[in-house]
Amino acid sequence: MEVLIYGYGNPGRQDDGLGNAFVNRIREWVAIEGLHGFDFDSNYQLNIEDAEAISGKDLVIFADASKEEIDDFCLSSVDGTADLSFTTHAASPGYIVKLCHELFNRKPHVFLLHIKGYEWDFKEGLSKRALSNLDAALFYMKKKLLHPESLLKRNLKYC
Amino acid sequence: MAQKITIEPVTRVEGHGKVTVHLDDQNNVSQTRLHIVEFRGFERFVQGRPYWEAPVLVQRLCGICPVSHHLAAAKALDVIVGAGTGDGLTPTGEKMRRLMHYGQMFQSHALHFFHLVSPDLLFGIDGDPAIRNVIGVALMHKDLAVQGVMMRKYGQEVIRATAGKKIHGTGAIPGGINKYLSAEDKESFLNGPDPLNIEQMITWSHGALDFFKDYYKKNKEFIDNFAQFPSNHLSLVRKDGALDLYHGVLRAVDSEGNKILDDVDYQQYNDYIEEEVRSWSYMKFPYLKHLGKEKGWYRVGPLARLNTCDFIPTPLAQKEFEEYKALTNGKPNNMCMHYHYARLIETLHSAEMMRDLLNDPDLMEGELTTRGTKVPEGVGLIEAPRGTLFHHYRINEKDQITMANLIVSTTNNNEPMNQSVNRVAKSWMNGHTEISEPMMNAVEVSIRAYDPCLSCATHALGKMPLEVSLYDAGNNLIDKKRT
Repeated sequence: MEVLIYGYGNPGRQDDGLGNAFVNRIREWVAIEGLHGFDFDSNYQLNIEDAEAISGKDLVIFADASKEEIDDFCLSSVDGTADLSFTTHAASPGYIVKLCHELFNRKPHVFLLHIKGYEWDFKEGLSKRALSNLDAALFYMKKKLLHPESLLKRNLKYC
Repeated sequence: MAQKITIEPVTRVEGHGKVTVHLDDQNNVSQTRLHIVEFRGFERFVQGRPYWEAPVLVQRLCGICPVSHHLAAAKALDVIVGAGTGDGLTPTGEKMRRLMHYGQMFQSHALHFFHLVSPDLLFGIDGDPAIRNVIGVALMHKDLAVQGVMMRKYGQEVIRATAGKKIHGTGAIPGGINKYLSAEDKESFLNGPDPLNIEQMITWSHGALDFFKDYYKKNKEFIDNFAQFPSNHLSLVRKDGALDLYHGVLRAVDSEGNKILDDVDYQQYNDYIEEEVRSWSYMKFPYLKHLGKEKGWYRVGPLARLNTCDFIPTPLAQKEFEEYKALTNGKPNNMCMHYHYARLIETLHSAEMMRDLLNDPDLMEGELTTRGTKVPEGVGLIEAPRGTLFHHYRINEKDQITMANLIVSTTNNNEPMNQSVNRVAKSWMNGHTEISEPMMNAVEVSIRAYDPCLSCATHALGKMPLEVSLYDAGNNLIDKKRT
């Protein structure tokens, strides 16, 4: 099973770097656990080439900072039907999934991990509350990723 | 009673802006404004930081074109560390930076054309919005959409290989570069698995040009006349007049091709360029001082660059350039939609430049940096995908930045974008008191030609959807649409 964990955001803008921090932490954990089949990537934002990047995967976890009204984090499936937005240089997860399907005829199981952030200034480093949310998300996701096949079902939502 | 329309936010354009349209008593457009409403003071943020951090810090400004800011900042700091003004670096230092820059230009232009512009061309400005997007392109013209994805991926890989990583790249440092190109990356970029090799990129760049030229033949009136207006044009050019996207002297021409800024040293840009502040926008309005606010504004970006340069120093792009220049009998091209044509010629040029650089042994050996006598101030200019980008820093005796001034490409295009919106509004909205979807998209198309990054221009981060508001003569809101 091929798994891609992909965090995006700008780590120079405080909590906007939550997705990138998640990837760094989970990468370390996967190495310690000696798990196989995992790939990792990070960028400022999703873009069209990521449709190709996910096309060879069975399971994709996108991780992003969130301003939504959630407690700490939320994991939701992405099916390529909602929020197909694309601006000059950024695309939504749904857009990437849809593009992957249309261009490469592949439909990997894709989830978006939303991690609640609070501060967005021109600084490195996460706020205390964001760090706490990151820890909660890591605790949950580590359990899931020990058995990634458990995520191969559509419409999962955990908040 | 006169009325006013506001359009916000602009989709497929970054940042945050809105358009207001005022109607007169006959419901004809009397005034339009593209408002930029977000602002964060990045220039203040860098004050007090050690100067050598700037090339990495400025990437916080914008996650969209970080390479351009990275290189412009590094060029300014080259001056401060005594390494000269862009042409004083070691061959390895300059060529690695150029490869990074042409990779950035290539991927940005490809993304813009294939995934932002092609839906308007393929389906029409007034086409069904449900399919007038890249998913629609993917369904009907899969080859085009795939090419866009793979060209973007190629450019991104070049950036990774030269900047060191995708996020907060560190490749360019004051006085040069901090790494060579690896043999593995060189081989991959030159002869990598199909389609990710440079020859395929050149073939596809040519194919995109052919696609556009074919479309142009069939839609000449639209491409020539949509939001066209005379203007000045400004860019860097190489000292011999060649197109040079990395370094050169500042040149500006008027709408007839007369030089109005004659190849000046950009270290003195403050002697020639001033920025006007208008109360209704956070984005300033630059202009050439000696011509004044009314006559001194100018366009930047691909259209301007092909108007200021005398030739293109790569053979395939030069051939296309000659054909392009013949359309206007060698005079400057003032047609807004020709930005796309010019952008595709630059895409081909960037691919040719990458091929030349990848075959250059200097990328894998030689001195990486150079230094000289430190000075307290430096200016770095680069031709970013959207146009001329200015970075200016001053430091104190403790090596801390005491002043930073950035004029980004989109700011340089502020007045031209306003002019474009005005022309489109008059063409599409005169006599209307409601905003239709095609009207919204026509406004967007006019702005999108400049490929603006309003996130950069206001030094804020965010998306820029478009909102259009329509007001009557009494300043009453009579319609408002968002995309």
